[in-house]
Amino acid sequence: MVYKLIKPNSYYDSVTLMLITEDIKKHDDVEEALVGMGTDTNKEFLRELGMIDEELEKTTPNDLLIVIKGNNINMDELENEVEKLLKAEAEEDEGEKFYPSLDSAVKKLNGANMAVISIAGEYAGFETRKALDHGLNVMLFSDNVPLETEIELKKYALEKGLLVMGPDCGTAIINGVPMAFSNVVKRGKIGIIAASGTGAQEVSSIISNLGCGISQLIGTGGRDVKKDVGGLMFLEGIRRLIEDDETDIIVLVSKPPYPEVVEKATELLKKSNKKHVVHFVNGVVEDPTITVGYTLEDTAIKAALLCQGKNIEKDIYTYFDFLESFDFESKVKEEVSKIKEGKYIRGLYSGGTLADETMVLLSKEIGPIYSPAPLDPKYKLENINLSKENTVVDMGEDEFTVGRPHPMIDFTMRKSRLIKEYLDKETAIIMVDVVLGWGSHMDPAGEIAEAVKTARETSENYRCVIANICGTYEDPQKYYEQKKKLEDEGIIVFPSNASAVKFAVNVWKELGR
Amino acid sequence: MSLFKEELKIVNIGLKSFYEDLKRQGANVVHVDWKPPLGGSKALKILNDFNMLNIDVEAANKEAVERIMNSQPTLVGMGIARDVVPGMNDNMILHAGPPITWDRMCGPLKGAVIGGLIYEGKAKDEKEAIELIESGEIVFDPWHHHDGVGPMAGVATPSMPVFIIENKTYGIKSYCTMNEGLGKVLRYGANGPDVIEKLKWMEEVLYPVLKEAIELKGEINLKNLIAQAVQMGDECHNRNRAATSLFIREIAPAILDTSFSNKEKKEVIEFINSNDHFFLNLSMPAAKSATLAAEGIKGSTIVTVMARNGTDFGIRLAGLPGQWFVGPAQDVDGLYFPGFTKDDANPDIGDSTITETGGFGGFAMAGAPAIVKFVGGTVQEAIETTLKMYEITDAENNTYKIPFLNFRGTPTGLNVKKVVEKGILPRINTGIAHKEPGIGQVGAGLTYPPINIFIDALDAFVKTYLD
Repeated sequence: MVYKLIKPNSYYDSVTLMLITEDIKKHDDVEEALVGMGTDTNKEFLRELGMIDEELEKTTPNDLLIVIKGNNINMDELENEVEKLLKAEAEEDEGEKFYPSLDSAVKKLNGANMAVISIAGEYAGFETRKALDHGLNVMLFSDNVPLETEIELKKYALEKGLLVMGPDCGTAIINGVPMAFSNVVKRGKIGIIAASGTGAQEVSSIISNLGCGISQLIGTGGRDVKKDVGGLMFLEGIRRLIEDDETDIIVLVSKPPYPEVVEKATELLKKSNKKHVVHFVNGVVEDPTITVGYTLEDTAIKAALLCQGKNIEKDIYTYFDFLESFDFESKVKEEVSKIKEGKYIRGLYSGGTLADETMVLLSKEIGPIYSPAPLDPKYKLENINLSKENTVVDMGEDEFTVGRPHPMIDFTMRKSRLIKEYLDKETAIIMVDVVLGWGSHMDPAGEIAEAVKTARETSENYRCVIANICGTYEDPQKYYEQKKKLEDEGIIVFPSNASAVKFAVNVWKELGR
Repeated sequence: MSLFKEELKIVNIGLKSFYEDLKRQGANVVHVDWKPPLGGSKALKILNDFNMLNIDVEAANKEAVERIMNSQPTLVGMGIARDVVPGMNDNMILHAGPPITWDRMCGPLKGAVIGGLIYEGKAKDEKEAIELIESGEIVFDPWHHHDGVGPMAGVATPSMPVFIIENKTYGIKSYCTMNEGLGKVLRYGANGPDVIEKLKWMEEVLYPVLKEAIELKGEINLKNLIAQAVQMGDECHNRNRAATSLFIREIAPAILDTSFSNKEKKEVIEFINSNDHFFLNLSMPAAKSATLAAEGIKGSTIVTVMARNGTDFGIRLAGLPGQWFVGPAQDVDGLYFPGFTKDDANPDIGDSTITETGGFGGFAMAGAPAIVKFVGGTVQEAIETTLKMYEITDAENNTYKIPFLNFRGTPTGLNVKKVVEKGILPRINTGIAHKEPGIGQVGAGLTYPPINIFIDALDAFVKTYLD
């Protein structure tokens, strides 16, 4: 039986409501629940769940819906609970002043110059336009912003001398302030333009951990460097860094841009007297005068070397050239001796670029990698929830995140997938990323460690679990405490994604199955 | 271009966790408690089209709001409706809200219409009244089509006395009947013999005494009265205690000078004194005479009328004269008199929302803490209500000021575009009528207009003004 309650004209944000939905679902009698606004998406969910009726169809995004499927549900009780949870949320705000609109916020914050916008993509364009009209630069976190809107907004912003970072941009550090998903990095002379969120986090974190610093980190969103947008903000970012006296080295990080964008970008770099490192994940730069990074880690190290006034003497650097000693050989042997069954690698990532880099590096060494978004379309997983042979999954992809927070915040999906992969007889090695920094979960290592612990208690057989910590020593999660939590569960921890992959490859080869 | 040299000052719109993280880092950040535009995607399209208009809406709105604020409503006299209200005739009954036919009228409006016909002597009882109405002889028309306003059902018949208010700045007149008091009264749909008897007394004693008193005293500047009352804790919609007291101070000496008997003078003063809402029927036409001054300003999105007839809620825009945008009147969230519950309640009714439209009423809630409980809120909520109304209005009133907000002017000039864009509805304080005819008031509370009327109005505005 389906129970419902509609509260017109009471808006709450979707994350708050999703968390409340989770709480409501915990009731024994509740089979299925949706506490959410009457958005098209939510109505679609209800249709799929067979929980909709005419009245619910008519609701608007300003109406709060409580729809429950189950038996003998006491709606009054559930309503009270929802109210209590919403009130708890409100009480936390006590003493804080929030503004009902951008207009009044701008009026109050005299000299506002940046907006971080993370509302539903459908509305984000309109709000961004307003922010630009107020003379604000924009970090547009929202996804699902129409492409034409992105192009319009960016052209308009350039006319006004403003930046639009995003849409779908998770990472930016401007004037030392990390926004959305960003790490606490040292300030310094290296400026980064990135069309890739976790790529930017990995590079900036390693640079900071090597003792160097970032002047600016401008995230542009992945679509910016493609044909249609034509690198409007990617190129503007480069121009800004060239003009900026605080930036000595310019780093570009992106999935392969449209060739014309690459051409324009390299032209700009060559005309400037500033040093640079360019890294396109799974892409190449033909120009021999361009300094290229081969992995995110290598890119960060080369930038750090240039910043310290040193020469680049190697083709590819790894973290272990500098920081920590790590006895690869004996550690590999030790792991291999414990793995009694299974032969495949399974990668479960929260960072899209980290997942991509893993696929690129793995496929060079061990052959094709299956994925919901593989490098070669031939290896696309038929069912995204079922791994096949060697598989790498970016759990931040839209297919996994519809209706729930990003896997860097909510570990539910990744934990259950990890346990499932661990119990799979075919699995030998599991790879995960642990992303620290603002925006992320405050104890990601604890979440991963807990899943590994459960898996190890459930399974008789040992699998090698490898984690890359993407983060800095200054991040709010406390790097070394996170590392220890992972190591206490026997997880092999690396300070970069490339080094984690290198270890996985060595174990896989040594297994020789 | 100098972004990299400036201190970052961030406005966060959306996920609160981003704001919290920025704050924990010590960044200079404020958070916007964002809401989607009214009606979601449809509104978004209208708003985008709005951005393409080639007219100076801002200038038009500035003019509209200035006209509302510069108006000086003044009580200039009294008269009989059929003689003074433009377009009123012997077969006409005026009512609150947008136009409506007999078959769609709610209980209290029907009750008031029946009472009105009995009062006029056109019908002996309910049965006769209904027969007369069904014969088609009686014409129903909104007060707003005749430059006037009516509280709750708002029914006015040809022989009822009315106040005449003149907007001295622009020479515009507006009209309203006298307030009958609380309980079983015609405006709440009650129509028993006691109701009719009181109306007769008002016509035969109250009206002549007051009319003569006003003539003796001379004009009374209502703008000043409202400004003082707002500073004394009235919002001049649901609370008129201060304003009514001030009115007695103004008029009492003149009443004593009239040619009537002491008994009659005493009755009149006692009647006004015992009715805290007496001034409502002056604050409403005062607001009406001001908003009338903005009607017809080309390209303005300022709302000049918000009105309900108990079935529909309608609004009109300065830039779209003569057009109504109508949606269902909403239920009222409020407190009930003993013995009544929300099952007894009629949906929102009355022209009194003209006070909000004119820049006080519910919009001035922060100045009227005494009635926050009655309209179901706390003092803090009252303050937040007023602060929120600044979001959807264009100006802060130059005369009506709220001491508690450091004498900030009340939010004035409701802008339909802002309502749609920000997803914030105007807040309305109101009384609650029983849904059956003949019973009267059962409580008071607060409500909001239906969402669609703002979207429809903005849509029509864009279509009208798009080249």
